[in-house]
Amino acid sequence: MVISKSQIEEILDEVKDPEIPVISIADLGILRDVKVNDDGFVEVVITPTYTGCPAMMEIERDINNALKKEGINDFKITTVLSPAWSTDLMTEEGKARLKEYGIAPPNPSNEEDIECPNCGSYNTKLVSQFGSTACKSLFKCNDCLEPFDYFKCH
Amino acid sequence: MQDQNKFNYIIQQADNCLILGQRLAEWCGHGPVLEQDIAMTNISLDLIGQARLLYQYASEIQEEGKTEDDLAYLRDAWDFKNVLLVEQPNGDFGKTIFRQFLYDTFSCFFYEELMKSTDERLASIAAKSHKETLYHMKWSGDWVIRLGDGTEESHNRIQQSVNELWSYKDEIISINSVDQEAEKAGYGVSLELIKNKRNEKIKAVLEEATLSTPESDYAHKGGKEGTHSEYLGYILADLQFLQRAYPGNQW
Ligand SMILES: [Zn+2]
Repeated sequence: MVISKSQIEEILDEVKDPEIPVISIADLGILRDVKVNDDGFVEVVITPTYTGCPAMMEIERDINNALKKEGINDFKITTVLSPAWSTDLMTEEGKARLKEYGIAPPNPSNEEDIECPNCGSYNTKLVSQFGSTACKSLFKCNDCLEPFDYFKCH
Repeated sequence: MQDQNKFNYIIQQADNCLILGQRLAEWCGHGPVLEQDIAMTNISLDLIGQARLLYQYASEIQEEGKTEDDLAYLRDAWDFKNVLLVEQPNGDFGKTIFRQFLYDTFSCFFYEELMKSTDERLASIAAKSHKETLYHMKWSGDWVIRLGDGTEESHNRIQQSVNELWSYKDEIISINSVDQEAEKAGYGVSLELIKNKRNEKIKAVLEEATLSTPESDYAHKGGKEGTHSEYLGYILADLQFLQRAYPGNQW
């Protein structure tokens, strides 16, 4: 019996971003496509967030391990650049998970007005355009005084 | 080799990315404040990521069974085609900022044009890189303004860097035979077009930063042809040491 696309997607749901382990690569928009041909050969198509993102190699390895663990050995992982990854590809589920985790999700309508994931205040301030990883910037909440990461629009 | 000129064209930009990325990485652990230390290394990472995409493509065009690692680590100084600007020493924070700003104002408009390349692979690398460089230019431009329009000390120091780096500004938009052929073939961009957009941006930011524009338009050249300042040798000694001492290592 040939494995189905949705079965593969279910397996890959377990593959999380190594730097933000609450969000899956599908919710992050890194997983672009899953193809299964008539012989059961699987192709997993992924796209990098940033060109220099050091997590990409790790993600490939995690995909590899997740599939092999389920006995799937007939597959390849393809990386595509176009169309370029964007935070618009992030799912609502993904954004909710980020917020729960303490990272403010991307807010394309207004990047000046960011909600504190800790107390919900909008009285927040950009501290640094660059945060702990390329995809985040650093904010501070003026009400609860907690610093927090913001997943910037890209 | 599939296409010698295309190979050379890609290498020019890949080398710019790699060498500037390496220069910025020298700041790691030495930034004036933690946030800006992180900013410079983040930008470095983006540049090295862009260099990798370009080297990967160049090595496929080369068809000699070489990899991105060979191109980055096993070529000598005269094989590198980066402009002299990106190999200039970091100096103080202000000098690094202004060097970055001069580069970002090129790369932003360069990638914007390259997105229209007839070569699909180059167009997709450009689209990816353009998004990143827009953010870099915002960062470096903001800092030029902040330092220029800041204290007397910061103003004087960045003005000094503007004066020092000014003659390294224009090599990057100077047109050589590789650029000419690339533009004619359709996969390259018009540097003439980029020059105008870039000059406008530089002028606007310098004005807002209350910095004065040096008068001389003299441009140091040579990097694009492989004639470098002595700085490149030292950069490569650092960058290539591991690969030359322990051959066969991979990213
Ligand atoms: Zn708060």
